[in-house]
Amino acid sequence: MTMVFQPSPDMPPPASQSGLLHWVKNNLFNSVTNGLLTLIGLTILASIIPPLVNWVFLDAIFQGTAETCRQGQGACWAFVDAQIKLFLLGPYPTELAWRPILSAVLLFGLFIITARHMLKTAHLVVAWLILPLPIYWLVGGGLGLEVVDTSEWGGLMLTLVLAVVGILASLPIGVLLALGRSMNNKVIKSFCICVIELVRGVPLVTILFMATIMLPLFLPTGVDIGILYRVQFGIILFSSAYIAEVVRGGLQGVGKGQGEAAVALGLNRWQTTAFIILPQALKIVIPPLIGRCIALLKDTSLVVVVGLLDFLGIAKAASQDAEWLGFDAEAFVFCAFVYWLLCFSLSRYGRSLEKRGRVDHH
Amino acid sequence: MSEQNAAPAATIEQDTVISLVDMNKWYGDFHVLKNINLNVQRGERIVICGPSGSGKSTMIRCINQLEEHQTGSILVNGQELTSNTKALERVRKDVGMCFQHFNLFPHMTILENLILAPIWVRKMPRKAAIELAMNYLERVNIAEQSEKYPGQLSGGQQQRVAIARSLCMAPKVMLFDEPTSALDPEMIKEVLDVMEELANDGMTMLCVTHEMGFAKSVADRVIFMDGGEIVEENEPDAFFNNPQMDRTQLFLSQILSH
Amino acid sequence: MSKSTSARLGGLFSYRNLLSCFYQTLTAGIVIACAYYLLLATQENLEARHIESGFSFLSQEAGFPIGDSLISYSPSDTYGRALLVGIINTFFAAILCIIFATILGIVMGVAQVSGNPLIARMAEVYVEVMRNIPVLLILLFVYGVVLVGLPSVKQAIEFIPDGFLSQRGIFVPRPIAGENFIYLMIALGLGIVGTVFFLKWAKKTLDITGKSFPTIWISLALIIIPPVIIQATFSDVLTWEVPELKGFNFKGGWVFRPEFAALVFGLVLYRGAFIAENVRSGIVSVQKGQREAATALGLSPERTMRDVVLPQALRTVIPSTTNDYASLVKDSSLAIAIGFPDMVSVGGTMIGQNGQAIEVIAIWMGIYLCINLIISLLMNIANNKFQLVER
Repeated sequence: MTMVFQPSPDMPPPASQSGLLHWVKNNLFNSVTNGLLTLIGLTILASIIPPLVNWVFLDAIFQGTAETCRQGQGACWAFVDAQIKLFLLGPYPTELAWRPILSAVLLFGLFIITARHMLKTAHLVVAWLILPLPIYWLVGGGLGLEVVDTSEWGGLMLTLVLAVVGILASLPIGVLLALGRSMNNKVIKSFCICVIELVRGVPLVTILFMATIMLPLFLPTGVDIGILYRVQFGIILFSSAYIAEVVRGGLQGVGKGQGEAAVALGLNRWQTTAFIILPQALKIVIPPLIGRCIALLKDTSLVVVVGLLDFLGIAKAASQDAEWLGFDAEAFVFCAFVYWLLCFSLSRYGRSLEKRGRVDHH
Repeated sequence: MSEQNAAPAATIEQDTVISLVDMNKWYGDFHVLKNINLNVQRGERIVICGPSGSGKSTMIRCINQLEEHQTGSILVNGQELTSNTKALERVRKDVGMCFQHFNLFPHMTILENLILAPIWVRKMPRKAAIELAMNYLERVNIAEQSEKYPGQLSGGQQQRVAIARSLCMAPKVMLFDEPTSALDPEMIKEVLDVMEELANDGMTMLCVTHEMGFAKSVADRVIFMDGGEIVEENEPDAFFNNPQMDRTQLFLSQILSH
Repeated sequence: MSKSTSARLGGLFSYRNLLSCFYQTLTAGIVIACAYYLLLATQENLEARHIESGFSFLSQEAGFPIGDSLISYSPSDTYGRALLVGIINTFFAAILCIIFATILGIVMGVAQVSGNPLIARMAEVYVEVMRNIPVLLILLFVYGVVLVGLPSVKQAIEFIPDGFLSQRGIFVPRPIAGENFIYLMIALGLGIVGTVFFLKWAKKTLDITGKSFPTIWISLALIIIPPVIIQATFSDVLTWEVPELKGFNFKGGWVFRPEFAALVFGLVLYRGAFIAENVRSGIVSVQKGQREAATALGLSPERTMRDVVLPQALRTVIPSTTNDYASLVKDSSLAIAIGFPDMVSVGGTMIGQNGQAIEVIAIWMGIYLCINLIISLLMNIANNKFQLVER
C-alpha cells in the first residue's frame, strides 16, 4: 500500500519578519552596544552630510565669474567650468584639441572592446601593444600633423599618456624580468633580482629624481632627451619591477603538473614557458594587474615633484591663477572626483573579472 | 565541576531530550522548513536522509541555533530556544556537533583544539582538560597524533578528532551534519565505527547522512525529508523494506540502485 | 628524444654544464660591458659639467636652514648633519604614521565587518574613497585646504586642555620631569613587575583550578594606579610646559608644524584605508565553518573572535600589512611636495646645490633598503608565529 506524498504549499514568512521597522530593530538596535554605535554613526553623518551637500550642491555656484563666487557660500564650480580645457589638456593648443580627444576616444573604445570581449585575445594584445603609437602620433604630431612640443602636454591628458604608456611598456619588460628571475642562469637571475628589489625598495620620487637628473649623466655627451621621456622612462622602470613580482606570483600559481605534462609531450623549456606556463600565469594575474594599473594611475601624480603639469599639477597651478585665486578646494575636489571615478570603475571591473574567474574554475 | 552536577537537576527524568513543535524557517521569502514536528527521546539514535536541499542540515543546525527559526518552538532538555544568549550558551554546552568539513581550528594542535572549550566554557583546570582530551583521543584511536596540526592528518582522522572535540564538552546530544560526505571512501568506515561505538554507549544522536548501511545497523528511527518537510519517519526495517510514500520509494530506489 | 641525447652526452663530458657555463659567462660579460660603458659615459658627463664625485661633500658646510629638526641644527652645520636631520625626520614621521594608520586601519576594518550595517557602510565609504585617490592629492588637500581652513593663532581651537589647533600647526603641552619624577618611575616599574607576577599567577590558577580573572583590567589598574597616586600625593613630579600665546605665535610646549601635521594626517588617512581592507579581508577569509564550530562548542562571541577568528585572520593580515608599512615609509618621501624636510627633500636641496645626484641617490637607496629590511625582518618573526602546519 503506497501513499502519495503531497508537498505542503509554501507559506509567506510571518509579518514580523519583513518590514523596515523590523530590520532597523534587528540590525541597528539589537543590543545596547550596537544601539550606541548606531547613534554615534548617525551623529557623525548628521555633522558631515548637510554641510557637504550644501557646499557641493545647494549653495554652489555653477555659472558666473570669480566675483559671483566670492560672494557665494558654496563651491565655485564656475571656476572648474571656466578652466576645464586647462584641467583636461593643460597648455595644449586649443585649436588642436581634437587630436587628444580623438586619442581618448581610441583608448576608451579599445577598453570597451576589451571589456565586452569583442575581439580574440591575441588581437586584443596586439591592439593594446600598438596603441601608444597612434596616440603619440596624434598628440605629438609629425608625419603630416603639426608638431606639438611635449612641454605643451599637460592635464588629464598627460596623466593618461604617462599611465597608459607606462603600463603597456612595462608589461613585456615585467614579464621578461619575472622569467629571468625564474631562470637557471645565475647571472641573469641575480641581475633581475637586483633590478626588481632595488626598484621596489625605493620610493617613486627617488626613481623620478634618478630619471630626470641621473639619466642624462649616463648618456653619451650631446645626447639629450626631453624631460617627459625621462619621466616616462622612470615610470616604466618603476612599474616593470612591480609587474614582474605580480607575474612571478602567477608563474608559481601554475600547477607543477602542467610543466611536467608539457615536457612529457616533448616540448622544450622555451616552448613550455611560452605555450603552457605563461598563458596560464597571465590569466591568473589579470586581477592583480588591474590593481597595478590603478596604482600606477595614482602614482603618475608624483610627476608634479619633478615639475611636470599632470592633472594634479594643473589643478594646483590653476588655483594659483590670479583671476581665480583661492579656489584650491574646488580644484582638488574636482581632481579627486575624476581620479576616484577612473580608479573605482577600474577596481570594480577587476573585481568582476575575479568573480568570473572563480566561476570559471568550478 | 559543581555546575555539571547542578545542570541535570533542573531536567530530572525527562525522557524527551529534543522536541520541535510546528517549527518553520524562511530564508527571506524562501520557505526552507515547513511545520517540522519531531521528538527525540533520551538515548535515541535518529538518521535523517533526503535529497540535497531538502532542509535536513538546516533542521539540525536549528537545534543548536546555528540557524534561527522563525515560528514554532524548539525545546532542548525542556529549555525553549529563544534569542536569549545566556540560555543558548547553556544549551550549546549540552549539544555537540560535527560538521561535514570537520572545521578543526587549523592554527591549533589537535590537543589544543580539544581543550579550548573545556577550559573556557566548562572552566576546567588545564590539567584536567588535557586528561579528558587524551582520554577521548584514545577512544577515537589518535592519541599519538595529539601534538600534530589538523593539516597534517587525513580526512578520516580529522573527523574523528572533531568527534572527540565535541565529546570533550560532555554533550547530552550529538548532531552529525553529513560527517562522511567529504571523506575518501576508505576513510568512511573508521569514522562510522567511532559513531557506532558512540551509539552503543547510549549517546542520543541525530545524524544527517547518506550512509544507509549505518542507518540500518544503528538507527532507532529513520527520517526522510524533502522540500523542507518530514515526509516519512519509521523504524529502519520498515523504512527500507516497506516505505509508505511514493517520494520515499523513489529516493530509495535512486540511492540503493548501485 | 632530445632528453635522452642530452642525458647520454651529460654522462660523457657534462655537455649541459659546459653549455650553461658558457651562457653564464657570456651574459656576465655583456652585463659588465654595459656597466663599463655607463661608467665611462658618466665620468665624461661629470667632468663636462664640473661636478665632483665621492662622498667628501658630506663634511662641507650645508648653508641652508631646515624648518623641523629633532636634533640641533644650523645652516653652518655640515651636509652630513643636514642629511641626518632628514633621516631622523623620515623615521619619526614614518613611525608615527605606522602607529596611527594601524589603529585607524584596525578600527575601520573591524567596523566594516561589524554587525551594524550603518557603521559597516560608513567604514566602507571611507575605504573606497581613500583607496582610489592619489596620496599626493590627499596630502596637498590636507596641507593647502584643511590646515589653511583652520583658525588663525588668535582664535586657535583648544582641542584638549592646553592643546591648540591653528593654521600655524598643532601645539600641545610638553611633559617635564620634576625633582620627584624618579618616584613615579619607580612606581611604574613596580607596577609592571607586579603585573608580570600577577599574570603568571593568574595563568597558574587558571591551569590548576580553571578559575579565570579579568586579566586585562587588573593589569591596566596595576600599571596605571601607582603612578597616578604618586603624581597626586607628591609635588614636583611631572609638570607640563603649556603653550602660551605670546605676540603672533604660541611659545613653549610641543609644536607640530603644519607641514609635519599634514604629512602624518594625510598618510595615515590614506594608508589606514589599505590596512582596513587587509583587516576586513583577513577576517572574512576565516571560513564560516570555523565560527560555527566555535559557536557550537559554546564559546562566547568574544572568545570566538579572540581565540579562533583573529589568530587565523592575522595569517593573511600580516604579510599584506607588511607591504603597506613599507609603502608607508616610501610614501613619506612625498614630504618634498609640501615642504617637510625628510631625507628626500633635504637630499633634493643638496642635489640642487652641488649636483652630486649619484651619491645622494645612492644614500637614499641604501637607507630605504635598510628600512625595508628591518620591516620585513620584524614581520617575518611575527609571521612565523602564526604559520599553519600542513600535511
